Amino acid sequence: MTLYTALIVMGLLGLTLGAIIGVFVKLFKVEQDNRAELALELLPGANCGGCGKAGCADFARALAAGEVMPGNCPVSSLEQRAAIALALEIDAGSVARKQAVVCCRADIGAEEMNYNGIQDCNAANLVAGGPTTCRYGCLGLGSCARVCPFGAIEIIGRVAVVHPELCTGCGQCARICPRNVIKMVPANANIHVYCNSPEKAAVKRSLCKAGCLGCRKCEKLLPGKIKFDGLLAVVDYDATDAITPADIEKCNCPVHGIMTEKERCAVAREAAGGKRV
Amino acid sequence: MKSSRNVMTFAGGIHPHGDGKSLSCYTPVQTAPLLDKYLVILAQNAGKAPVPVVKKGDTVKKYQLLAQADGVISANLHSPTSGVVSDIREIQGTMGVPTPAIEITSDGLDEGASPFDPITDWKNVDVEQLKQRVVEAGIVGMGGASFPTHVKLSPPEGKTVDTLILNGAECEPYLTADHRLMQEFPEKVIRGAAIFGRILNIKNIFVGVEINKLDAIAALEHYAEEYGVKVAYLRVRYPQGSEKQLINAITGRTVKSGTLPMDAGCVVQNVATCAALDDAVTLGIPLVERIVTVTGEVVVHPGNFKLKIGTPALEAVRFAGGITEEPGKLVFGGPMMGFAQRSFQVPVCKNTSGILLIPQKQAYNFESSGCIHCGRCVQGCPMHLVPCLLSTAIEAGRFDLAEANHVMDCMECGSCAYVCPDHRPLVQNVRRAKAELRKQMNANKEK
Amino acid sequence: MSDVVNDNIKLPTGEKLVLSSSPHLSSGSSLRKIMGGVLLALVPQIAASVWLFGIKALFIIVYTAVCCVAAEALWCKLADKDVWRNISDCSACVTGVLLAMCLPVTVPLYVPPLGAVLAIWLAKQVYGGIGNNPFNPALVARVGLLIALPAAMTLWTPSRGMKQMDYPEKQLFYTAENIQKISNKENVDGVSCATPLGAMKNIEKIPGRSEDAVNNFADLDSWEMIARYAIGDRAGCLGETCAPALILGFFILVALNLINWKVPVIFVGTVAFITGMVNIICPGISPNALFHVLNGGLLLGAIFMATDMVTSPITGRGCAVFACGCGILTSVIRLWGNYPEGVSFAILFMNALVPLIDRWCGKRPFGYVAKR
Repeated sequence: MTLYTALIVMGLLGLTLGAIIGVFVKLFKVEQDNRAELALELLPGANCGGCGKAGCADFARALAAGEVMPGNCPVSSLEQRAAIALALEIDAGSVARKQAVVCCRADIGAEEMNYNGIQDCNAANLVAGGPTTCRYGCLGLGSCARVCPFGAIEIIGRVAVVHPELCTGCGQCARICPRNVIKMVPANANIHVYCNSPEKAAVKRSLCKAGCLGCRKCEKLLPGKIKFDGLLAVVDYDATDAITPADIEKCNCPVHGIMTEKERCAVAREAAGGKRV
Repeated sequence: MKSSRNVMTFAGGIHPHGDGKSLSCYTPVQTAPLLDKYLVILAQNAGKAPVPVVKKGDTVKKYQLLAQADGVISANLHSPTSGVVSDIREIQGTMGVPTPAIEITSDGLDEGASPFDPITDWKNVDVEQLKQRVVEAGIVGMGGASFPTHVKLSPPEGKTVDTLILNGAECEPYLTADHRLMQEFPEKVIRGAAIFGRILNIKNIFVGVEINKLDAIAALEHYAEEYGVKVAYLRVRYPQGSEKQLINAITGRTVKSGTLPMDAGCVVQNVATCAALDDAVTLGIPLVERIVTVTGEVVVHPGNFKLKIGTPALEAVRFAGGITEEPGKLVFGGPMMGFAQRSFQVPVCKNTSGILLIPQKQAYNFESSGCIHCGRCVQGCPMHLVPCLLSTAIEAGRFDLAEANHVMDCMECGSCAYVCPDHRPLVQNVRRAKAELRKQMNANKEK
Repeated sequence: MSDVVNDNIKLPTGEKLVLSSSPHLSSGSSLRKIMGGVLLALVPQIAASVWLFGIKALFIIVYTAVCCVAAEALWCKLADKDVWRNISDCSACVTGVLLAMCLPVTVPLYVPPLGAVLAIWLAKQVYGGIGNNPFNPALVARVGLLIALPAAMTLWTPSRGMKQMDYPEKQLFYTAENIQKISNKENVDGVSCATPLGAMKNIEKIPGRSEDAVNNFADLDSWEMIARYAIGDRAGCLGETCAPALILGFFILVALNLINWKVPVIFVGTVAFITGMVNIICPGISPNALFHVLNGGLLLGAIFMATDMVTSPITGRGCAVFACGCGILTSVIRLWGNYPEGVSFAILFMNALVPLIDRWCGKRPFGYVAKR
């Protein structure tokens, strides 16, 4: 008899609770957008914020609502974008993939300054204008490396260097950098001018031996490939005829400020004596 | 209101041991010899930098106007000596960033007539005339913030100011510039205060002095009664000279968070500012020189010097007899709130109260292994904040938490970091949070 | 700049200038000085324990401290931290000495290394090292050992005075067999005995006593016994017995500004108040307040454990709440709990509440009006 009582009581209890749950599911149903969920599954899921939204889920909702296009995700590959576009039956859109580059060679050009305090670029930048000789250069305390979701930035010696094969171009590093020394450039470019200081050559020369002198030799020798932003040479990434390694040799920059990413990495490692910091 | 005979103080704060004042407080103020070149930084006041009215190659006389105030929160700038404007260029400023400055090459004569008429009858002239003089003479707060003084002299509608407090606390260790000023030129200080009192129509004037400066107190009291000024004795405690703490100690009033001393009916002026005002009114000369303490354990003859605005730190050290060993840090201002400088070429500004050379073995004073919650920073904080938890929140990137815990009320006095047994850079963390929060605030405004 | 060149004056080059945020001065206090101060305050009690329990006490203390430092060094080595920097702040050494203070002198030699691993690894380093541990490492180790190895941790031997025949009320602390041994002066060092708190818990088991007799504790808290407890002449852990030495340590800590005096005073005061009231209202439940203050680890816990900077609240008000809570819990565990001693459990429990207490007992910043 006891057995039956228990069975009946438990059965009734189960039924009642099940009914309550069923009612509440109907009552408080949250309208789920299948399209957003589908898109979220297909997105890279790095939550890097490179698209300007608060993470991938937010971007997926925006995708489903038609506010953005898959191409607005800077991290995704072309295949991923196409897959999302196909799944949601929308236009893939085309935003060129970008990558970050740290335009500074303070490790080989500038004296190291003595600094005592928080090992964070934004905090250090508040102390007497930052512990570097040049106030446009990389502080090398690694705020960008810590914020990078992909581990693409390495502090070699005392300057940050981006590893382009890991960089997805989300732009987190450029946003956190207090010196704006990290530039977002097209992903296919691999030759850059490694200097960020717009100051006059004489001032710059006294602070850093690796700074662009603004001599305009490169502009004359490589017209259309290098342009000038004030007193600072920059690679013209929109040029139809892209700059090539042969051009670097042809130009022969007096401070060797134009180089490929690979070369930059090698130079930094050599300056740091091969040690990782 | 408390009686002015009591020794007054505030809650919190610290007592720096070995405050280094004896290095420089016994030697009288010396006037520095004339230099070849002076570098007058344009942005010497809080707010907008004045606009230069001279150009390269111009001949200038001493006291001649170099730059004209640009707007209300700005101050005039005058030539410290006679000579030629040899250059206007960017130099290293006191905050570490390049800033435009006028280079004056001295002609060795140091001549020039005072550009304004002395107002000897200041007790009876029109108040507007006195106010005008403050504007013309380019007087700014000489305690550190360098806020243009004339702004403090025009209380907005609806605010009544009934108490003027002269800040002679000089609670910063090592600095003795105000001490020597009060001791050697007490009448200037007291008369300057009386002129301020006349401008603001205040009869209730206090000079707050810490009781480690008894000789200065005696000198001030000699003149105090004549000009209707009361001397308030303050306990030796850092940061006794902070505006809010000073007001609280002397009047018992509390300046509410986010408001100005004026809202509590008080105006605070530094004693050096008062002396500068007295010079401007009774002698008719603008603010072109100030007393600066050049000190530190590595300085051969630490002391106080009357330096012209624009004197590079290196020359100031030369006047003080040079050094015994290479210093590890150069600080403009006091050791608690002063700013570390990048080079010895940085010139003296209107708010430079001290040039402090710190020995190398004391230069690296931050090395943290972990907060042990000892609570000393909490006891020491004059604003009654909890610096250790603030810092932990900031290190974790939680600026919202720091804001909720009143990080914006911090005045960066450094009491917390001074007492921290773990040597945490607490003040730097607060600065970081404040910068970040201001950035967010501006971004929100733009939206 | 100046053309007045004086070769006698040495001028700075500015090559070695360090950039840092203000303040540029430091009070000169350091973790090492704080920990050194705590060790100094422990010296009187270490001396007392040697006097009461023999030279083996010193060996246990040094051995435990070495174990803790070794555990710290080993962790730092494995975790790729700076070994010297972590052990040179003496915090591991302090933990070790405090842990030893909570051990009986008979403790087997494998116990201190176990305790060191519990204290340093489980209670401190897994949370991120010094300053990040929510619980007092020494107490975590003590409680861990007490639960894991109850026999080894509660094997008490008589102190110096208890071995003499004139020690009063022997029947409360010894079995009849052991009393015989002592009177025959045979193998006195091998006998075990009970602590006064243990005796209190077991008092009704003594033949001829009932659970609710009013004068149950008359022979436990007589003045003669209280005097014995006061000088520490009783069974117990190494560091908990001698009240004068602990109180001397308290004054050293207060003089060096290492602790908030409120914590021990309120802690002990709360225990004295509650047990005193219970004793007055129904004497059958509890001996008098002095018995409770002088026995068990109350003084050691209140002066050295509850005041641990890392695991106690920051503000004065928070410390008062914390100490009060510790006192209430200790009294409750002692009077109505299963364990004879509740100090360590009470402190650990209150440690867990510290973040909450800090939140509730925050200070009102300068310039804010009190909320009504």
